Amino acid sequence: MDKVKVIEIKRSVYESNDREADKLRSELKEKGIFLLNLMSSPGSGKTTTLKQTINKMKDEFTIGVMEADIDSDVDAITIAKETGVKSIQLHTGGMCHLDAGMTRQGLDELIDSKIDFAILENVGNLVCPAEFDTGATKNAMILSVPEGHDKPLKYPLMFSICDVVLINKIDVMPYFDFDMDECIKNIKYRNPKAEVIPICAKTGEGIDKFAAWLKEQIKANI
Amino acid sequence: MHELGVVFHIIDDVTDVGKENNLSNIESVTLQLGTVSTVIPEYLTDCWKWAVKRTELLKEAKLIIEPIEAISHCEDCLTDFDTIKYGKTCPNCGSEHTYLLQGNEFMIKEIAGS
Repeated sequence: MDKVKVIEIKRSVYESNDREADKLRSELKEKGIFLLNLMSSPGSGKTTTLKQTINKMKDEFTIGVMEADIDSDVDAITIAKETGVKSIQLHTGGMCHLDAGMTRQGLDELIDSKIDFAILENVGNLVCPAEFDTGATKNAMILSVPEGHDKPLKYPLMFSICDVVLINKIDVMPYFDFDMDECIKNIKYRNPKAEVIPICAKTGEGIDKFAAWLKEQIKANI
Repeated sequence: MHELGVVFHIIDDVTDVGKENNLSNIESVTLQLGTVSTVIPEYLTDCWKWAVKRTELLKEAKLIIEPIEAISHCEDCLTDFDTIKYGKTCPNCGSEHTYLLQGNEFMIKEIAGS
């Protein structure tokens, strides 16, 4: 039996994923593809928001969508049926987030259709997706009114890594104890640079503003 | 569930290091885990036990977790304090201009094997 060796590693658990994500980000830039990573808790309206946004932007950009879920393909079918853009379903095999490697696999399937704007709808979760860089050009998240204005305080990492926060379901504000000013204050406390856009995905209110923000980002980044 | 994803990442990283060093059996993996790193040591150990059995190089590997205490620093009165006990608010002067000095680490420190 060989003698036991101790090998020092001293490396962050996230380091290999961060490296892979940076590599993917620069490859996408070279290919002229903008990748948006959209995150939120389950039921906050990611798919409905995407549907509205894609329908506003699909004439100007060739869009492809990756839907990540633990199981089922309901979201991919909804997007394909209601927007007509290419949409694929990624299964995470029980995992609560996507990493850069899984994102790359999904993109390989989408890239065949010559897209310039790829959207990743991450698994509904406010914790784990924030820990794993997917390689996206920009990160967006949705916080919906019924979830409460205190969420930026409870899930600090998620709010601190997002470039834009959409506050969805503003049509039901009168029925909840949701304080918009307090919510924006809490978001800015965690992330002073975050853009905040109140929307109602159901009626389409605020979607123009989000689409304009995206266009600006796409122009600046590809 | 987060812990399981993390375990797969650790196994991949450590397997690479083990192969580079021609190890045929990794006996232990030592992690340094901050107490506010969002990873729960008990869950991590449970996932570890399940996942390593499915590998060749790590099937008998023990997971050793060294905790790192969370400490924050106040920019206004320059004191350090226990993050878990006081959160983001300085217990000395009440300021919220504070930042974490240590405690969110999640490092693979070392492995032992033959």
